Amino acid sequence: MAKRETPRVRVLIAKVGLDGHDRGVKIVARALRDAGVEVIYLGIHNTAEEIVSSALQEDVDAIGLSIHSAAHLTLFKEIAKGLKQNKATDIVVFGGGIVPAEDLAILKRLGVKKIFTPGASLEEIVRFVKSIPPR
Amino acid sequence: MTLRKRAFKNLSGIEIHGTYAGADIGDFDYTRDLGEPGEFPFTRGVYPTMYRGRLWTMRQFAGFASARETNRRYRYLLSHGNTGLSVAFDMPTLMGYDSDHPRSKGEVGRCGVAIDSISDMEILFRDIPLDEVSVSMTINGPAIVLFAMYLIVAERQRINFKRLRGTLQNDILKEYLAQKEWICPPVPSLKIVNDTIRFCVESVPLYHPISISGYHIREAGSTAVQELAFTLYDGLTYVQSALESGLTVDDFAPRLSFFFNAHNDFFEEIAKYRAARRLWAREMRQRFRPANPASLALRFHAQTAGCSLTAQQPYNNVVRVSLQALAAVLGGAQSLHTNSLDETLALPTEEAVKIALRTQQILAHESGVVDAIDPVGGSYYIEWLTNRLEAEAKSYFDKLDEMGGMVRAIELGFPQGEIHRAALAYQKEIESGERIIVGVNAFTEPKEPAIKMLKIKHAVERSQIRELRARKKQRATRRVRSALQRLERIAVENGNLMPPVLDAVRAEATVGEICDVLRKVYGVYREAANL
Repeated sequence: MAKRETPRVRVLIAKVGLDGHDRGVKIVARALRDAGVEVIYLGIHNTAEEIVSSALQEDVDAIGLSIHSAAHLTLFKEIAKGLKQNKATDIVVFGGGIVPAEDLAILKRLGVKKIFTPGASLEEIVRFVKSIPPR
Repeated sequence: MTLRKRAFKNLSGIEIHGTYAGADIGDFDYTRDLGEPGEFPFTRGVYPTMYRGRLWTMRQFAGFASARETNRRYRYLLSHGNTGLSVAFDMPTLMGYDSDHPRSKGEVGRCGVAIDSISDMEILFRDIPLDEVSVSMTINGPAIVLFAMYLIVAERQRINFKRLRGTLQNDILKEYLAQKEWICPPVPSLKIVNDTIRFCVESVPLYHPISISGYHIREAGSTAVQELAFTLYDGLTYVQSALESGLTVDDFAPRLSFFFNAHNDFFEEIAKYRAARRLWAREMRQRFRPANPASLALRFHAQTAGCSLTAQQPYNNVVRVSLQALAAVLGGAQSLHTNSLDETLALPTEEAVKIALRTQQILAHESGVVDAIDPVGGSYYIEWLTNRLEAEAKSYFDKLDEMGGMVRAIELGFPQGEIHRAALAYQKEIESGERIIVGVNAFTEPKEPAIKMLKIKHAVERSQIRELRARKKQRATRRVRSALQRLERIAVENGNLMPPVLDAVRAEATVGEICDVLRKVYGVYREAANL
């Protein structure tokens, strides 16, 4: 009897902006892949437009972005705008990085589902991503 | 007796035994393996008197928002006993973009100071006499441009270049390995590095034209062994490349400097600095045979490990930083930056940076650790560990030699892969609880107190762009254009870029405009997105 496959979550993982510190993002991408998530890793130095167009092209369920450069408000806003223009707001956006507590609420209003801050465990991140329903 | 763990391993995964004795250091020979301080192989330190003659330079890395605000921070630091300056540039500047470039959006002045033109640089160093205060600049891809701006500020302050002291990071190789802020591909980038080295040899003799950096390699997740190996091998690569450009080793080797991380594993860090000095001296002698002993001496700056700080219970970071700084001092650092307790959350506040600076002052003036030179030398454990780190780094050298050198190894992704694997292993140790980080995976508290944080306002970007545009309108456009054309011509003809970059800066060309010429002539480096 054929086992019924549960659809795998497809997620785009990348760094957005000019910051090249990719230690964290690569570890997260690797952990997600090891946990059976389909990861499209876009690397560093992506613009917001590049992220949005890759997400559409790759037909992902979620976008996970790493930002340590304090440019998160501007860059997440641009991503949210890009997704809205392309009627793709059902793509879950989440992130990780150095984000002060007071900015978390602002990001939430922009539609960012979750931000993982320093000290977050890979287990938490994997659990979150696996709970994202495929589009 | 049962032990707490089956094996005790340090941060590089080296197994540590309970006790060390004479047999562990075999045929240890004082003259061959240590030497007197200031003598080959410099294991005990690069100067005969070390901190008895002069303390290390207390050099806090700083930069945020506009040149005006950063200048204010510099004067604050100097007034509290900081003895050297260290400039942190923002992301657009590090990547060679002006503040009004579309890619700079949201990033202006956030992680460092925004510098677009000579006018910003003049404001940055206003009321700071550049012949009295040594200035270090963390800039790599566009290093030649920011160095030229610094020189023109000195020129306008009527200071002879021969009196300028300081350090240009200018270490592009470690950008490909770890920090990843670059402009051009490795080969032309090395040519530009050579141009700055040659210019310093001829015109700015007291300045360190390069600071070969392991700091960022370690922050990217490497072990201490990898930090040591890749950094020194990068250094050998710069020496080789400068020799190929026609310089002789004694022209520039005494002006090379290094920059290491000061991480958590106390004894391993001390051993790392000692091994670095000895390995560098031995390799330099064997590979390049310099006549001047100063060409063999490895001088270094240290910074406590940013990646070791925790957002949880941030006041604990003060203790981490103290231990790390102590390791750097026992390891014989020439200059030191101590991180502030809030740096895992934001750039530091004045209060936080003052505690960090005071930590250095307490080490220097209260602890007594500065009185005897290399006070840990001769410990069986330290000498064994120093030998071990040197041997492990050396085996990486053999691998890199076999691959055909560092540029080839970067193309193959070898050091990047090694660093990534080490970072992953470290994270797994934390996740499994095998490695305890206080406040993160043990001794946690349900609620974290909020601490005061420095906030960079959105208005900084707007006003920086406004000023940049106003300045562009005021300058002599024709002069800018011809300076940039001359730079392009000389780049195409493979001439030394330093004179035309200086002229472009004098003509008030911006960082972005000058780097656009470099991008046009040499191309842009892109990294494949590999996991």
